[in-house]
Amino acid sequence: MVSSGASTVPPGLPGLDPRFSHVLRVPDGGTPAGVPASDGGGPAARGPVTEWHYLDNGPELAARGIEPVGTVLAVHGNPTWSYLWRDLLNLATETAVTEAAATGERPGGVPDAWRVVAVDQLEMGLSARSGRARSLPERVADLGAFTDALGLDGPVVTLGHDWGGVVSLGWAVDHPDLLAGVALLNTAVHQPDGVPIPAALRLALAPPVHRLGTSTTRAFLETTLALAHPRLPADVAGAYRLPYRAAADRGGIEGFVADIPATAEHPSRPELDRIAAGVAALQVPALLLWGPRDPIFSDRYLDDLVGRLPHARVHRFEGAGHLVAEDVDYAGPVLGWLDTEIRPLDPRADVNPEVEGPLGPVNASARGSSGRSATLTDPAAVPPRGDRSASPSGTAFRPIWAGLDERAADDATRSDPAVLDMSGSGPATVTWRALDRQVRRIAAGLHSIGVRRGDRVSLLVRPGPTLTALVYGCLRIGAVVVVADAGLGVRGLTRAQRGAWPQYLIGQTTALAAARACGWPGVRIAADPLDAVRRRALGVDHELVDVARAGEGVDLPPEPGPDDEAAVLFTSGSTGPAKGVVYTHARLSALRDVLAEHFGVTAGTGLVTGFAPFALLGPALGTRSVTPDMDVSAPRTLTARAVADAVRASDARMVFLSPAAILHVVDTAGALDAADRAALQRVETFLSTGAPISAELLGSAQSLMPGAQAHTPYGMTECLLVTDITLDGIREAASAPDTGVCVGRPIVDAAAGGVAISPLDADGAATGAPSSGTGMEGNEVHGVLGEVLVHAPHLKERYDRLWLTDAAAERDTPPGHWHRTGDVGHLDAAGRLWIEGRLAHVLTTAEGPLAPVGPEQSIERAEPVRRAAVVGVGPAGVQQAVAVVELVEAARRPGLAPRDVDAAVRAASSVALAAVLVVPRMPTDVRHNSKIDRARLARWADGVLAGGRVGAP
Amino acid sequence: MTVLVTGASGLLGGAVARVLVARGEQVRTLQRSPSGVAGAEDVAGSVTDAATVARAVDGADAVVHLAAKVSLAGDPAEFERVNVHGTELLLDAAERAGVRRFVQVSSPSVAHAGVSLVGVGAEPADPARARGEYARTKAASEVLALSRDRGAGASRPGADGGTPDGRGDFRVVAVRPHIVWGPGDTQLVERVIDRAASGRLPLLGHGAALIDTTYLDNAADGIVAALDRLGDRPEAVRGRAYVLTNGEPRTVADLLAGICRAGGVEPPRWRVPAGLARTAGGLIEAVWRVRPGADEPPMTRFLAEQLSTAHWFDQRAVRAELGWRPAVSIDEGMRRLAAHYGGTS
Repeated sequence: MVSSGASTVPPGLPGLDPRFSHVLRVPDGGTPAGVPASDGGGPAARGPVTEWHYLDNGPELAARGIEPVGTVLAVHGNPTWSYLWRDLLNLATETAVTEAAATGERPGGVPDAWRVVAVDQLEMGLSARSGRARSLPERVADLGAFTDALGLDGPVVTLGHDWGGVVSLGWAVDHPDLLAGVALLNTAVHQPDGVPIPAALRLALAPPVHRLGTSTTRAFLETTLALAHPRLPADVAGAYRLPYRAAADRGGIEGFVADIPATAEHPSRPELDRIAAGVAALQVPALLLWGPRDPIFSDRYLDDLVGRLPHARVHRFEGAGHLVAEDVDYAGPVLGWLDTEIRPLDPRADVNPEVEGPLGPVNASARGSSGRSATLTDPAAVPPRGDRSASPSGTAFRPIWAGLDERAADDATRSDPAVLDMSGSGPATVTWRALDRQVRRIAAGLHSIGVRRGDRVSLLVRPGPTLTALVYGCLRIGAVVVVADAGLGVRGLTRAQRGAWPQYLIGQTTALAAARACGWPGVRIAADPLDAVRRRALGVDHELVDVARAGEGVDLPPEPGPDDEAAVLFTSGSTGPAKGVVYTHARLSALRDVLAEHFGVTAGTGLVTGFAPFALLGPALGTRSVTPDMDVSAPRTLTARAVADAVRASDARMVFLSPAAILHVVDTAGALDAADRAALQRVETFLSTGAPISAELLGSAQSLMPGAQAHTPYGMTECLLVTDITLDGIREAASAPDTGVCVGRPIVDAAAGGVAISPLDADGAATGAPSSGTGMEGNEVHGVLGEVLVHAPHLKERYDRLWLTDAAAERDTPPGHWHRTGDVGHLDAAGRLWIEGRLAHVLTTAEGPLAPVGPEQSIERAEPVRRAAVVGVGPAGVQQAVAVVELVEAARRPGLAPRDVDAAVRAASSVALAAVLVVPRMPTDVRHNSKIDRARLARWADGVLAGGRVGAP
Repeated sequence: MTVLVTGASGLLGGAVARVLVARGEQVRTLQRSPSGVAGAEDVAGSVTDAATVARAVDGADAVVHLAAKVSLAGDPAEFERVNVHGTELLLDAAERAGVRRFVQVSSPSVAHAGVSLVGVGAEPADPARARGEYARTKAASEVLALSRDRGAGASRPGADGGTPDGRGDFRVVAVRPHIVWGPGDTQLVERVIDRAASGRLPLLGHGAALIDTTYLDNAADGIVAALDRLGDRPEAVRGRAYVLTNGEPRTVADLLAGICRAGGVEPPRWRVPAGLARTAGGLIEAVWRVRPGADEPPMTRFLAEQLSTAHWFDQRAVRAELGWRPAVSIDEGMRRLAAHYGGTS
């Protein structure tokens, strides 16, 4: 093989300024890191010299007199080159220039001004080719020799992708004195023994395939480039191919693949293990940006990295893949992270706790408790964990299982029923004592098989006594329960399981089969007994009955604290891909307390729960709970008689049902006999939860329980109880002049949190700031349309592995951990909240923002109309309102409304309409069949009214 | 103030002249036939005749220029002569006569290239891209008129190499009302009614394209507002072009049906695919070009595009800068139309 020197980039590569391209002659690598280069970076006078190509905005910044606060050392993987980092170079330079113009020269560097040095690893990119294969320890040492020769001093933040991530971390571990942070895109530092390496790599490593695939042909290169989502533009793909056009140029690709320490015996394995161990000891801020659609570096490796860097900011870009740097904007988040977490020591910073998030200021006290930040002068500084108060409500923390403990410990109550299951023949009753014993057995048993505090356990078990015991067993030992509703479907569940990456998965046969088929992660624990054949087929490691037996009489490990993670609950997925929502123990306990306080739940209450999430709270509330005879995952299987039976069996005073279940209960009310009606008469409180419900349906349900007050709370996975309204309240609100759906008053009083409105600007965006004051004392400005902000002790801790989403949900909100719900509405003078739609569905007309729900309600009063959606057509700021209606007598074809419908809709509408369109059937979310897909309708209407084809929306 | 209104025998020109007379301006009109505007001083003749034009601008303080050859087809040279050279003659004469304000009434078609226009502002006029002779010559005349705008003592760009010529302030604004309609409108309303009455009015495509239109009185008020702003806030508006509409886009089907009902005739019930209409329009146009006659083609490519693609506009800037808002809504306009023609609204 012919050796050749390095070269700079030719002009004309898309997105890359050739001025960033440089060549540096470095005394040959292989010298141990830390040994100073003999010639201080100049052209070598003696000894072998290697030429490196690298991108560097340092000279550009220097030419403008900008002193950067630090350097990002970026290392590409295989088979890419430094071209991968062009966006970061561009944005960092642009930001530095803008900042310098804004702040002027300052000692210690211009804030936000970062130098970016992106190397081409030797044998790769435009760096020299020697024809010699380089091993991992050599590559790490090479990089050290390069930075020595460059004269790089601190602070340095490393950034790596693919196997460049490993090399960058090797450099990080070897340069603790310079290191200020580590950032990684899809990479791995550890290959667990016994876990096969990814199939794609196994193939690339197979001897006959290896050389042919990597250097002889361009298969490996082309396969990697094809991993971009969406496809790379041809000119960008061409730029990636540039250094690897001849087979001789691709020797580095071949060598890199050969050097993957896939087995324990591989010569580079000790170096990999050294780096992996070193990473776990790193105290500096860390950032992990991840594309989950990666056949090589799957979520398994993300989870490993999260385990080593538990303080890392993590964001998974759903839909992005291995080439995450090409798939999404990573440069903005990287610079945002540098700015927030690695900030220079500013004398003024002590008095101003506000820091900028990647999407704007984030209040320091509202940041995730696991975050660490460092100052450049003291890179190892780590603030104490738990900077959100230990107990959000300010009262003493009472663990979620306290109610259970108390009932089981009290002689007067321990033999009373705790959980009743009406499914099958007759009620199955579990007493407080039995439940407590089962929880303790499971908790100790799980601990004995290795489940530790912070480990995630996915629970794919039907609601009932087993699930209840599992939930409390996990929580008791600090294991984090992962709960994703089967309603997400297999694809949604797969996304959720991969996203949360639980270490353990407990499920019944169907769930275990799905887990097997879809490759869900986690050690398998079967909830039901299985025969040996099925155990093997499903890859089951443990059976719950054995686990519980192993925990019999064994002492429990210490309890988790209030700030430890308790649960990851997945959103319904009806408004986009399901997101994991993290709750701590303190926040879960706060949910229990707010429920007990607001609805007056006591030990004597008794709950009938046809809505799974609340079934689990019975033991926490210290009251018995009964699941009626139904398939909980199919709410339409619940009959009125089953509810009456459940009420009778448990003497319950409170009933929780979802709107879908209520519909069927009302439909089957004819089957109730006098005794059933008498039982239902005793119900005092009735809640419809999980989705909006009409006043009519709620009224019908209440007529079956005439002694009950009907409530329907408003909330979301991020905060399950925000406001509450009774049926009487709904009827009273009907006469108010307000538009929207009245969801009642905040459940949490203003002192502990509450609801605020952040007004919309002309672009239909909310600032995040409430309309008056902090919102804590109630908004003074009534009727102002804005985004609904929520603050409560039982609000989510954060989103899971969605750091950017998290920052967006808190952007510009008042101090103290508020959440932007994405709903828009207003507060009235009586303090009631009215919801008027989703922020994303707000029309921006020339007259200002317009929320859709109010006009839709007015249009739905028109006789021919069954359902209406009001959407905007045209560009933001000048949008025209258009009504899309579904008729009582369904239209046969979509298109312009017939004359009579048009006239009726216009007459009823509270806003001027540019057009009225009809559709045979509204497109709705698959989940609830109730949320109209307004975004889709808007796109359709836009096309139709531009004179385009009139297809189905 | 003495204001010359050209083209006052037309629907919009007459309306502008009446608004000005009503508020007490000295109004002079220039057109070939009598304007019929009570209280105005008619100057009979063509904008292409230098002597007539000189007489018309003599002593005027302001000009509102609406006279133009408006039709769907015709001799390209005639469009050029009236719309471009006529405008140039008028601009020259106006400047010589010491006129200070010049409102060029133009058309959104000067920037229409056959694609949908959805919520856009007033793009620059472009004769090279405009479709059809009318739009092309109106684009050229608008560009010409706006290029004459200059402050006091400023040089006349391109005319004499930048030497101040000592002449005074000459303020020009272009206003492009989009599809003006109202009682007495022969261009749109009566054509629609006549064709619908004889069953010759099809809907193009689904008739679902959103189109901005301008009720007559609103257009006249907007033009007068532009004239006034040249007087009291010249820096905000001079040299600029504004598209002026009711700001209430409606679908083509809606508008045609509304006009038909107002005219007491059945709305169109048959459809022609939009693509077919465009092709047919192009063919018909070609035929009419080789046999120029007195009648006008039943369809042109331009018309087919106008009636099958969306064109509606961002009205924020025009409303803010002209300090004008339409006083008559589309619905009210339809009621007035029905009252005029005896139909229903």
